[in-house]
Amino acid sequence: MVTRGFTGRQSGSELSDRIPPGQHLVDNFPVLTAGPTPRIDPADWTFTLRVGPRPVKAWSWSEFNALPRTRMTRDIHCVTSWSKLNTAWEGVAVDDILADAGLTAPTPFALAHCYDGYSTNVPLADLATGKAMVALNYEGQPLPREHGGPGRLLVPHLYFWKSAKWVNGLQFTERNEPGFWELRGYHIYGDPWNEQRYTND
Amino acid sequence: MTEAIAATARWQSCAIVEIATRTPSIKSFFLSLSETFKHAAGQHVDVRLTAPNGYNAMRSYSIASAPSDSRVIELAIERLPDGEVSPFFHDFAQVGDTIELRGPLGGHFLWPGSSSKPVLLIAAGSGVVPLMAMIRHRKASGDPVPVALSLSSRTWRDVLFRDELLELEMSLPDFALAVALTREPATRRTDFSRRIDARMVADVAARLPGSPGCALVCGSNAFVDIAVDAVLSLGLEAGAIKTERYGA
Repeated sequence: MVTRGFTGRQSGSELSDRIPPGQHLVDNFPVLTAGPTPRIDPADWTFTLRVGPRPVKAWSWSEFNALPRTRMTRDIHCVTSWSKLNTAWEGVAVDDILADAGLTAPTPFALAHCYDGYSTNVPLADLATGKAMVALNYEGQPLPREHGGPGRLLVPHLYFWKSAKWVNGLQFTERNEPGFWELRGYHIYGDPWNEQRYTND
Repeated sequence: MTEAIAATARWQSCAIVEIATRTPSIKSFFLSLSETFKHAAGQHVDVRLTAPNGYNAMRSYSIASAPSDSRVIELAIERLPDGEVSPFFHDFAQVGDTIELRGPLGGHFLWPGSSSKPVLLIAAGSGVVPLMAMIRHRKASGDPVPVALSLSSRTWRDVLFRDELLELEMSLPDFALAVALTREPATRRTDFSRRIDARMVADVAARLPGSPGCALVCGSNAFVDIAVDAVLSLGLEAGAIKTERYGA
């Protein structure tokens, strides 16, 4: 349905194939959080890998920082409709976390857990094979607290609520168990190119 | 809740039935739903505008009206000078135009419902919109839970829903209102003439008859961070504080 009088701010054609439907470009980096921004001292930081309820391995901040590093420059897409191109991240690939724990494909699904009680679910297939990392740096600097520092999950090909801030663990699950926003009306998978914003999209 | 949201999240066409100027930069748009829904106070809708060549722009707007069986919802939209959608609403949209929207959406930033403990609401500018839905809901439902609202605005003319809030302050039991003006002096003794700070939040919370059980904070990211730190210092648990921050 055409909206009378609306032409919009249409971006150049060379970028339009990088902007999913219903999204618009921003230059800034909006901060959207459901609650208080936690303060986590790296000295107290731990990251725990679980299979079901069972902890398999935990890393301190220094141990985690000693893992192999990965860099990714990606476009990111927030369900609230902003997209940001060419964001540069550095961190530890989920593949390398699994390898360090001696695991390959524990279960088909995972839940990311966070210091603020947030959680989000992502299939293993979207975390492994270089698709996702725990990001520790953004644009060459330690990840700011408001963007999830010390560490956030980065799953750039899904809507950005999947890239959980202040992450402190991955829990592998047999079933696809909805996380915080997935229980509150948002899509179980969240593919921006298919506009999977809300539950039945 | 998930099912209720899923069942109603289809796009629908809505006619603008009324436009009201609220402040120099905020207008309310009253939209007549073609598929009636009953939202929860604090929820939003997604609005979609489509250009003749098929390009579309989507934004989320909080619902200002109280949940009811009415077919009309109110969106209060601030004109962002460099915006794409809000200038359309302010400069082009007219009564009788049709707008596409879907909703109600969002299952977190919600009125606490059956809470018996006082509720502390803190907003800046148009961040009061979802909180206004809660205050109107509290009035319409007769819910006796005490509420205090701290609302920061640039000037007295910029106070969104000012006259209605002043009236509610007089007529609604256990509703306290504190306006904080950042660019001109406040004239009422119960208001403030400065930016939000911890002392202000403690002062407003103390106008409640008991310690707040939860706080809902809506505004810019910087505003929300200051307000949340202040609420935490009142002794509220992080899990009892819900925030909504302006996106892009």
